Amino acid sequence: MKSLSRITAIIKKEVRQLGRDRLTFGMVVGLPVIQMLLFGYAINTDVRNLRTAIANQVDTPLSRQFVAELRQTQVVDIVESVETALDLEDLLRRGKISIGAIIPADFDRRISDPSRAAVQLLVDGSDPTILGVANQLRTMPFGFDATAVASGGRSIIEVRPYYNPERRTPVNIIPGLMGVILTMTMILFTAVAIVRERERGNLELLINTPLSSAELMIGKVIPYIIIGMLQLALILGVGRLLFDVPVRGSVVDLYLAASAFVAANLALGLLISTAAKTQFQAMQMMVFVLLPSILLSGFMFPFDGMPKFAQYIGEILPNTHFIRLTRGIMLRDASLSELTPDLAYLIAFTIVAMSVAAARFTKRLD
Amino acid sequence: MSTDYAIDARGLSKHFGTLRAVSGLDLKVPRGQIYGFLGPNGSGKSTTIRMLCGLLTPTQGSATVLDTEVPGDAKLLKPKIGYMTQKFSLFGDLTVFENLQFIAEIYSCPVADRGARIQHLLEKYNLLRQRDQLAGTMSGGQKQRLALACAVLHRPDLLLLDEPTSAVDPQSRRDFWEILFGLAGDGTTILVSTHYMDEAERCHRLAILDHGVKVADGTPQELQAATGMHIVEVIADDPYAAQAVIHDLADVASVTQLGTRLRVLLPDIHNEPVVMVDRALAAAGIAATAELTAPTLEDVFVAVTLKPAERLQ
Repeated sequence: MKSLSRITAIIKKEVRQLGRDRLTFGMVVGLPVIQMLLFGYAINTDVRNLRTAIANQVDTPLSRQFVAELRQTQVVDIVESVETALDLEDLLRRGKISIGAIIPADFDRRISDPSRAAVQLLVDGSDPTILGVANQLRTMPFGFDATAVASGGRSIIEVRPYYNPERRTPVNIIPGLMGVILTMTMILFTAVAIVRERERGNLELLINTPLSSAELMIGKVIPYIIIGMLQLALILGVGRLLFDVPVRGSVVDLYLAASAFVAANLALGLLISTAAKTQFQAMQMMVFVLLPSILLSGFMFPFDGMPKFAQYIGEILPNTHFIRLTRGIMLRDASLSELTPDLAYLIAFTIVAMSVAAARFTKRLD
Repeated sequence: MSTDYAIDARGLSKHFGTLRAVSGLDLKVPRGQIYGFLGPNGSGKSTTIRMLCGLLTPTQGSATVLDTEVPGDAKLLKPKIGYMTQKFSLFGDLTVFENLQFIAEIYSCPVADRGARIQHLLEKYNLLRQRDQLAGTMSGGQKQRLALACAVLHRPDLLLLDEPTSAVDPQSRRDFWEILFGLAGDGTTILVSTHYMDEAERCHRLAILDHGVKVADGTPQELQAATGMHIVEVIADDPYAAQAVIHDLADVASVTQLGTRLRVLLPDIHNEPVVMVDRALAAAGIAATAELTAPTLEDVFVAVTLKPAERLQ
């Protein structure tokens, strides 16, 4: 009986403490709900609305019918029309589209020639899922293509995979994994580094010295930027050695992009550190950033395949933009100047997060 | 323009929501003196110290600290003050030497002088043997000496010490006060908060804080002379029973038991306090002797921290 009353005492104490710890309570309720939503929305093997551009070199009733039927599949979302195959390659490299369709001048003649494909799809093969979807398009029957059935499965579509012709998963995963690893470590390092000093009382000493908050923040962040760069080198090295992941673009560009990304995450870490009171809270907050950074950033599932709502959340996350940058530079040989919107976002994110963190930090003791 | 006061606070107040941590505090701390801040936990000592060094913005009032206006240019003030937090706030995972070096760098102490200064402090604060020990593994007294060494490293004009001796043994406290007197002798002004009476007694001047209000201010002797109370010491066979009897006497401000003795505080409007106590005890049939004695600082503290209703006769 005594044992029972002691156990009851512990239970009551735990429940009281849980009720007062809003963040833990948030995890109890929020994490399952958020995870369900994230996974439920993001995991979508039935990928639709892949951004597509068309280089239509002919304008016949037949070609118009083809484009209309392609659009009807809803697999593609035709976002642009260009002149030449070169333009398509350019859009692909810059990450503006996942698929480029070339409808050649002799489209009508090719349709009636069972030995030749009529349409060429240039596909960003760095993501095997997208390549798979493009391949499914090949087997799709088109209404006007009577000969296809007659000729026993010949497709009028020919798929040309770009960037990852061997369809190896590591080639696609590792550039994204860099973002996930850096998100995890950078946010945690800075957030915990400051919260730990607050917990131990070091901060009260520091803010009473001539040290300014800007000096403190810069001094705190620089070692972690270097650590981030070392981590990047490590991931690239292991990726190269063990998984033969290429860096097709400029390594300098890659490091510039990574610097912006590391800075964005460190700023976010500082921001978390101004809100968290304990190291454990900082870690809990980090989880709320990390989960969507894995699920909604395009790392695990093609970004285009996610519903709009999930895409909006994804656009906020630095990792989404970094993954676009790394895949562009490493796999598609894109230069940083072709990927400016994503780079600009990371820089803007850093400035905003840093300003908010600095503004919140100076008012700490009041 | 330099005034005679290191700290001159005028009507400092700090409210946290509905809590009035400090209300209308006036304070003048002369240069080169050790000024004590005596008060129970939660009386506003830490809050006041934090306002004086610019860590907290006063809700009302202002102060001149070393000729710098607070609130205002706290930045100008920081290099001139040394601050020792209540909780050990140096880096437990750095060695004693590394902590001192870090502080020297933060305060931009001249590089040429740095090594000698740190060596001097290690010797003076008896930390030579702990030089390469991690600060976190040291005893309370050693940590306190390190904290003080760090607070004075840049030779501040004003030292703010927030309950510096709350975590150390009596011998360390004595040594600590010896060092403080040395610093004051060299011209450093020291504001030290404490809840130990013996420490308060060592200060040149002191202010007693209660619920955020300054209830007394002066030298320990002045305060003891001006309690407005008679102190009657009673030795009784049954002090517990005697306490109950005296407590029920009209006007008795406080009765405290110290072993077999009782310390009774009576407002000095009564002319015959000893007779009054004697009679009451005799009437209750308790054998006891009573005599008048000089007030200690503890009596002062009890007298001034009585609630206003109790102070009214």
